[in-house]
Amino acid sequence: MAKITFLTSDNETIITEATTGNVMELAVQNKVKGIDGDCGGVCSCATCHVHVEPASWDKVGAPSQLESDMLEFDDNVSEFSRLCCQIDVSDAIDGIVLNVAK
Amino acid sequence: MNKSNFQDPFEKERIEKGFGKMNDQGEEVTMVLGHKDVRRCAHNAKTYQSGAAPGRIVIPSEENIRDIRQIPFEVDPPLHADYRAVLDPWFKRPLEEEYTTKLKNQIQSLVKEVLKRESLDIVSEFALPLQSRALTLLLNTPYSQAETWISWGTHVFRSEGTALDADKANILYDYIDKEIERASAAPTDDLYSVLLASEANGKKLTKKEVKGVIILTFAGGRDTVINAVTNSISYFSEHPESLERLRNEPEILNNTIEELIRYFSPLTQMGRITTEASNVCEHSLKADSKISLCWASANRDANVFENANEIVIDRKINPHVAFGFGTHNCLGATHARQILKILISTLLEEVKSIDIIDYKENIEDLGHFKRKVGFDSLHVKFNY
Repeated sequence: MAKITFLTSDNETIITEATTGNVMELAVQNKVKGIDGDCGGVCSCATCHVHVEPASWDKVGAPSQLESDMLEFDDNVSEFSRLCCQIDVSDAIDGIVLNVAK
Repeated sequence: MNKSNFQDPFEKERIEKGFGKMNDQGEEVTMVLGHKDVRRCAHNAKTYQSGAAPGRIVIPSEENIRDIRQIPFEVDPPLHADYRAVLDPWFKRPLEEEYTTKLKNQIQSLVKEVLKRESLDIVSEFALPLQSRALTLLLNTPYSQAETWISWGTHVFRSEGTALDADKANILYDYIDKEIERASAAPTDDLYSVLLASEANGKKLTKKEVKGVIILTFAGGRDTVINAVTNSISYFSEHPESLERLRNEPEILNNTIEELIRYFSPLTQMGRITTEASNVCEHSLKADSKISLCWASANRDANVFENANEIVIDRKINPHVAFGFGTHNCLGATHARQILKILISTLLEEVKSIDIIDYKENIEDLGHFKRKVGFDSLHVKFNY
């Protein structure tokens, strides 16, 4: 079981728990504002953009090349940007905090 | 077994040069072919604008048959953002349960209706009614309106043999004018009424702006949805093993939908106009030149997609640009995805296999590029 915290641009804190799936699906199930996941998780829409809290970055890790290429054209990209459909839920990411991009 | 094979006509020039050329009614179009270049140009709205003369960025150009600006499609940032903010919540309604239930009922009853037929043409007797009926949900207008739209035929703007047909376009424009007047006189909860009561960029939408949104909704989602539906059925008719796999692994359905959309790319390309001199793939362009973002070519780019010319129904990472990319990504994508999701789910439940009896391919003539985009007709028999 992994605990994942989302902080939205409205300063809402949503704490979720899951064991399987990806983080985008978890956010959509919990109606996290700002995470749409239009493409269902195949990395083609960039509507699940999050900024990982620096303290959580080592747990989450860097994006793949194809994900980086997608983020390259996002205006709000930061060095801690990820598309959360590409982050699998597992014990390894327990406790991470994600800021939902505007 | 090759009716559902759609060749990539752009491969050679994409690899060798990165761009191609075609002529659109006298205007030269530089077609951007590589995935990265397409996304780069789509992202750069300052240099490659959408807000040129109405109709000019469409290929074939509609400049001669349309003077109404399609909104938000032919508007650039920053004005674009506010129009889009008004429209986005409405066009996300397909995610709501009530909408999905209605769409499911529509598609299930259509499938059940055609199952019993000895054979039928998928384009005119299945995809067109499916698209038209589903559009009543998107506009939130009475179901009976679909009959009118079906009677217009598969192309709103095109007739047999001519690229553009002003008479046909006028049928649509006159119809929309009447609907706007009706909604203005007696508002309901349909899209016309909602738009007439909306504000963007600090002022109420004018009737002309409302018309621009509605034309986009009709035109953007017609051929594209019809082709997506028809082409997907051609694929499943030739790949019953994929139907079987989806029955056993329903969790890959979303991957399959995105993959079908990538492979078939129902909208081949969309234009932009340069606001200044620029370079595409080391090819220099003057200001006021037309480029095209060739989504269909980008979606076969082997630098991004392994086995790009195959349909891999469980493709995991699929950064396709079939719904466009960036600011102007397809407003109707949520609706289109729901249609495919419900259609395929229904086929999985109701249909054992599909036999193609006869077909006629629809080949787009893009200068020396010839691209199969769909079918003019696809006669099939459903086995159940």
